Amino acid sequence: MGPNLWANFGEAVSMILFCIGFANLLLHKNLIKKIIGLNIMDSSIYLFLALKGYIAGHTVPIVVDGVQSVDAYINPIPSGLVLTGIVVSVSVTALMLSLTIRLYRRYQTLDLDEISKRLKKEGL
Amino acid sequence: MDFICNFPFFSIMISMFSGIVSAVLSRKAAKWLNLISIWVIWFLSAVLLYYIFGTGEIIVYKMGHFPAPWGNEIRAGLLEAGLALFFCSIMLLSMTGGRKKLMGEVVEEKHNLYYILVDLMLASLLALIYTNDLFTAYVFVEINTISACGLIMIRQNGRTIEAAVRYMIMSLLGSGLLLMGICMLYDITGHLLMSNIRDAVSSIYSAGTYPVPLTVTIILLTCGLAMKSALFPFHTWVADAYGYSTVSSAAILSSLVSKGYIILLIKIIYRVIGFEVYRASHIIDVVFVFGLAGMIMGSISAIRENDIRRMIAYSSVAQIGYIYMGIGLGTRYAMIASIFHILSHAATKSMLFIGAIGLTDVSKGSRHFEELTGSGYRHKIAGITFAVGSLSMVGIPLFSGFISKLLFAQAAVLNTRKMLPALIVLAISTILNAIYFMKTVIRIYTPTEEEGERITMKQEKVYALTCICFIALNIFIGMCSQPIVDWIGAGIDMFA
Amino acid sequence: MKKLTNKLLNWLNAEDTSVFDNAMELKMQEPKEEKEETVEQRMRDRLHIKDEVYSESETKEVKVLRIIYRTLAIILCAFIAYNLLIAVSWLPRTGEFDKPVNNEVSARYIEKGLQETGAVNIVTGMILDYRAFDTFGESNVLNIATITVLILLRRNKKKLPNEIEEKENDRLLEPKNDVILQKAATFLVPAIFLFGIYVILNGHLSPGGGFSGGAIIGAGLILYVSAFGFEKTEKFFTEKTQKVISLSALLFYCLAKSYSFFTGANELESHIPLGKAGAILSSGLILPLNICVGLVVAVTMYTFYCMFRKGEF
Repeated sequence: MGPNLWANFGEAVSMILFCIGFANLLLHKNLIKKIIGLNIMDSSIYLFLALKGYIAGHTVPIVVDGVQSVDAYINPIPSGLVLTGIVVSVSVTALMLSLTIRLYRRYQTLDLDEISKRLKKEGL
Repeated sequence: MDFICNFPFFSIMISMFSGIVSAVLSRKAAKWLNLISIWVIWFLSAVLLYYIFGTGEIIVYKMGHFPAPWGNEIRAGLLEAGLALFFCSIMLLSMTGGRKKLMGEVVEEKHNLYYILVDLMLASLLALIYTNDLFTAYVFVEINTISACGLIMIRQNGRTIEAAVRYMIMSLLGSGLLLMGICMLYDITGHLLMSNIRDAVSSIYSAGTYPVPLTVTIILLTCGLAMKSALFPFHTWVADAYGYSTVSSAAILSSLVSKGYIILLIKIIYRVIGFEVYRASHIIDVVFVFGLAGMIMGSISAIRENDIRRMIAYSSVAQIGYIYMGIGLGTRYAMIASIFHILSHAATKSMLFIGAIGLTDVSKGSRHFEELTGSGYRHKIAGITFAVGSLSMVGIPLFSGFISKLLFAQAAVLNTRKMLPALIVLAISTILNAIYFMKTVIRIYTPTEEEGERITMKQEKVYALTCICFIALNIFIGMCSQPIVDWIGAGIDMFA
Repeated sequence: MKKLTNKLLNWLNAEDTSVFDNAMELKMQEPKEEKEETVEQRMRDRLHIKDEVYSESETKEVKVLRIIYRTLAIILCAFIAYNLLIAVSWLPRTGEFDKPVNNEVSARYIEKGLQETGAVNIVTGMILDYRAFDTFGESNVLNIATITVLILLRRNKKKLPNEIEEKENDRLLEPKNDVILQKAATFLVPAIFLFGIYVILNGHLSPGGGFSGGAIIGAGLILYVSAFGFEKTEKFFTEKTQKVISLSALLFYCLAKSYSFFTGANELESHIPLGKAGAILSSGLILPLNICVGLVVAVTMYTFYCMFRKGEF
């Protein structure tokens, strides 16, 4: 275990959240809970990325009073990347939820294994 | 700089533009716009390939007024232009071959939405080939994932929607791992542009700072992309997804989508991490082992299948195992063999799907082997197509599969440590391939007494033309393989 | 005496049953009729017994397998967590200035961002000018997600609804006329729209931008539709509106950015003025692009809501 575990406290929390989301995905049978697990995993990665830009003592990267030195503002790049990532996460969640609605309407169950069993019985 | 240097940018923008506009067009207009844009990109890529052959220099194109690393950048070399040309041709042939089935299987109002998905899939593949920035690659990987999911479920029966759910779960897991790898890499190097990252990584590696995060990053990137391209333990979604969707979707998915991610992985190995560093971390051995396992397990699952399209889907798993074995061998020659196999497999697999749909058409629409007996006599051109595809997969000389197996064997011999397992598994998997493919070919050419419906070439002219083009492409890759191998070699040297 | 003996013999042989006439109550047996319900009940019981006997949730092997799968899943997650924590512990310290991440790339964004892009908000300048290709890809992610949701959930107008669809379509039963919601919406919705427009227009001067502002306007539209129902919203937001707005916004984005990329790569002069820093009409293309992105996001959010709720606009 390296030297920076306590200093990188936020990143450690995001890794634990990632694994909680992954366990959620594996252990629940309900499809909506699996989608929530995927969401938790994505959010933990954005937390990890957003912490990259933080510099203690510096402020938001919006130019006030014409101050434009590197010592006054945090790193703006991770914030921009997280913006892109959040939109991607919303889009895939919407897609997965609409797939779930279609499956539920047809089979009246949210259990993916149950649906596979019924499909095998139906044959095709 | 010449006007031709704008062509990679034009290719990406034309496909995105047609994807945006097709939302309001009618079915016919969307179909023609799709066809015209793919042809235009085909011509642009051909001219670009010829130009780069002439000058021998890489084209570096900055997107916007600021040079990289402050702005985005795309890069086109020999390999990229040729791959773009090849992918366009495969997409053209797949769309024409499956068009008639599309009319029957998809609801009328949703046809133009299908063409939007195909346009954006082409745009994301081109962007993955040409990009030089790691975060742009991630965004276009997401576009690729969503449009692949749309292609699977356009047919809308219960099987395809369940297959789409399984595909999305596995794929989103892979994307999450990929994004985490990119974030960690950004943390230890501070750059998002591929060439700058490689300089930083080589200095980190030689100085010995951050050894653990570097290894973990390489693991995350490889795992994420392997999950998305259906390497062995992550291949469960393949059979349902390729087996039940409409046929042009299955052809595009199996030949182009997984290959896009493998090309991104090869790009990351060469341009982000550097081949030496990648070989020194022993991830490459793990990739090799999983490639070998995929080759055997894919073939065993295919032998047990009773449905022709699921059998072809499982054979895809085996072929992707071949490609990862080539990457795992870890030499330049093995990488050339892998890229050649990408081309050969893309051409052959789509040909198999298009041929199989012709065979099921004359067997009352059923896909099980009992009804398919003798269908080679009822629909002659589909039977020939399927037979040529099977011979190429097994590795008979004259077709492209033989050349790729030969290149793999030569590459394996050059690497002394991994030679024995690679050659043994190559031999075993060839025998397994022969078992299930030859069994199918013999079955479709066994005469039966039943009179099913017959389809002749005159009745389906477009389909017959597509099949002939596929056969010609396969024989071309098989016979004129030396120029192609030289081109790939020159492209890889330019790649780094 | 003979009569009695005959009677006795007849009774013994049971030939003459007339002796029983009017002496015993005997009813003719009717053929056995079963009611429909009992037959059905017997069939259901049979299936129920079959399900119970062959049930997968109760057999011992399946239970053991499930326990093994769960333990392995938890061990795998714990193992991955441990490895990732080790990796995190070797990363550079958070919050320090002297990290590889703070190099010349971010230095140029901070020091020269205002002069080169004209935007006071450095992050907006970065995503809409320096790294505009990523944002273009991201708008296309929204576009293609809308397309797939439309494929899955949009109801065919021409298809005649058959019985099963009518039963499933409980979404036609909308809640009507909730007084509290309507009164609250009457003064909240204009405020939300105004705030959303403010956030979009000031994207380059203060925190905000197209994405956040678009989400706010989308939320306002959803509140309006929840309070007043689809009848009123159909008057100004139909399917044609959605198509027109998203097509024109994305098309403008595509063409404007293509012009910008083309002039940039070929070292041509782009004739878009940067304006005075700090004014609303400044920073070249950033303000129109923010408006386009905001419109696309708002329409997308509203489309998702309508598709999930009703299947049509």
